[in-house]
Amino acid sequence: MIAVQENKNTYRSMFDRFRQDRAGGDPAWLMEIRKSAFSQFSRLGFPTTNDEEWRFTNVGPIATTDFKPADADCELPTLADLAPFQFDLAGGCLLVFVNGRFSAELSSLTPLPNGVVVQSLAEAIQGGDAVLQANLARHVDCQDQAFAALNTAFMQDGAFIHVPRGVVVEQPIHLLHVSQPNGQATITHPRHLIVADDNSAVTVVETYAGLADDVYFTNAVTEIVVGENATVDHYMIERESARAFHVATRQLHQFRSSNARSHTVSFGGDLVRNDINAVLDGEGCDCTLNGLYVLTGKQHVDNHLRVNHAKPHCNSWEFFKGVLDDRSRAVFTGRIVVHKDAQKTDAKQSNMNLLLSEGALVNTNPQLEILADDVKCTHGATIGQIDAEAIFYLRTRGISEEAARSLLIYAFAGESIGQIRLDNLRDQLQSVLSGRLPHGDSLRIGRPYEYNREYAEHVRSTDRRRET
Amino acid sequence: MLEIHNLHARVEGHEILKGVDLTVKAGEVHSIMGPNGSGKSTLAQVLAGSGAYEVTAGEVTYQGKDLLALEADERAREGIFLAFQYPVEIPGVSTSYFLKAAMNAIRKHHGLEPLDAADFLEIIKEKVKLVDLDERLLNRAINEGFSGGEKKRNEVFQMAMMEPKLAILDETDSGLDIDALKIVARGVNSLRDPNRAFIVVTHYQRLLQYIVPDYVHVLVDGKIVQSGDKELAHQLEAEGYAGMGDDVARQASVAS
Repeated sequence: MIAVQENKNTYRSMFDRFRQDRAGGDPAWLMEIRKSAFSQFSRLGFPTTNDEEWRFTNVGPIATTDFKPADADCELPTLADLAPFQFDLAGGCLLVFVNGRFSAELSSLTPLPNGVVVQSLAEAIQGGDAVLQANLARHVDCQDQAFAALNTAFMQDGAFIHVPRGVVVEQPIHLLHVSQPNGQATITHPRHLIVADDNSAVTVVETYAGLADDVYFTNAVTEIVVGENATVDHYMIERESARAFHVATRQLHQFRSSNARSHTVSFGGDLVRNDINAVLDGEGCDCTLNGLYVLTGKQHVDNHLRVNHAKPHCNSWEFFKGVLDDRSRAVFTGRIVVHKDAQKTDAKQSNMNLLLSEGALVNTNPQLEILADDVKCTHGATIGQIDAEAIFYLRTRGISEEAARSLLIYAFAGESIGQIRLDNLRDQLQSVLSGRLPHGDSLRIGRPYEYNREYAEHVRSTDRRRET
Repeated sequence: MLEIHNLHARVEGHEILKGVDLTVKAGEVHSIMGPNGSGKSTLAQVLAGSGAYEVTAGEVTYQGKDLLALEADERAREGIFLAFQYPVEIPGVSTSYFLKAAMNAIRKHHGLEPLDAADFLEIIKEKVKLVDLDERLLNRAINEGFSGGEKKRNEVFQMAMMEPKLAILDETDSGLDIDALKIVARGVNSLRDPNRAFIVVTHYQRLLQYIVPDYVHVLVDGKIVQSGDKELAHQLEAEGYAGMGDDVARQASVAS
């Protein structure tokens, strides 16, 4: 407790220094936001396991580590260092951030349709963008979320993406964050704002990667505003180094008839928490939150989802899968709140886990809070082991036991990866996954199973007909 | 090809096979019949290498090798195929993906190059016709959401793809309507070959009207109590298993 108190003071003095540094640089409205966010953080402090929302995740190691701001003036990594984390963007923009700061040298900003803004947040702040000012920190909740408040107080750089009304950005935008701490524990607060105006469409991929096996802390926040009838596909690929702490908040705000899909893939990190919050603030919204975690060693990954059905006729779909080996641990909390007026809500939630060892542990908590009376809400959670019968079946076809195990794991996780719409990203993640499994190369003979939602529905309805 | 001598096996402490003797030569079709609980499926599973059963005595020689010393996947690579009574559903793995992995594992074992996608598709197109299987099913997860008949046809389809030396069919006929039965039998008959042997495990004589065996064996309470030609199957149909063998046979029949 004393340690935590001392650390609060550390953050206080860090913030005072930070404010002095920023004075003159930041516009007044932003300074106000920072001050207010920091006072929220001071009030909240780091959460403990006594907090309901953090019951199964102890952030003590984060709270007690004396992090220093990451050195943004460090030597830049080489292109070869970045290569494992890149995929072919087919002409889309790549924004590279090193230790939290945008690097124009490593990035490639390709031509975009008229009016589309893709720039570093720092630049956008300096430029006084009105859309930025109207949206930055207006969506994320700093009242209750200490890490989001901390990020908001200290945020410096990230990406600002604004797609004007009716514009479709065909190629994906990749935001690649690399951390290369230099022997000491460092902290960064990446911050992104994505604003898709009415009838627009955009796909954004965030990758977080560690270039050195050091202790560091990434505390990221992404605010996503999806205008009326707009479509946003968002991917969060977490490949931090094995000793890293990673806390990331996604705040989605959806307007009428909009469509948002968010995929959260966790491969790395020692302690990882994803807070994914969606507010369906207009009729007819469609919100899909997919996720996958593949854990080994003593990794701990906590996915905390909150979907707020504020208006009628909205669909939300949550589909999280996890593979846990060794003594790893996963937490899944899926909170669905259906407000009184949100009639005809259709919310589905599924969390499936595959345990590969006796020491692995999963806590899965569906939380439905339904205040409307004409809704469909379903949830399901499974925690299972590799099916011995399935292994035998595969072996009777000539596949070795080890390869059969790998195949079943690959297939289990692959079903989640299969939902990624970017072919090149999907291929990259499939190789990351197969690379972790014995006989991985023999798995790369195509897609084990292409999940097709409409086809699956069709099959299900035919099967029902068959049964009756 | 296969010689079984005095085979004993048990599961969870219960002895199921109590001294099975059987010799199968290349080109032959043997049918194993018997009442429920007599050990038919156990025999099929033990031959395929299931870890659920413990062999307590006896020997099995397959093509001059000690079969019991081989793992299930090694047996498959040596040409043994089991068509399951209850095919397993495997979410997330499509039949075509898995078959390609399986066939390449077997080819590798025999020092052959892996099949390329085009060759593989060509073989698939040819073999699905044999069992009237909707090709689209192959892109779905193995057996997931398949009807009973589709599952059984999928087993025979896999058998046709893998071209085993010794095929063991475990009650492939159970639960099939007459049309599906004919399709399954057609698939099996098309694979009959002087170099290939079949062991067809069935509860009913009906299947044997379509797959005509060279030999029929009656398994009762873990032992083969009578062997004969296809006429024995007709006799069983008329008289039931109660007419077979000794008192043990009658008890087993009553118990079922």
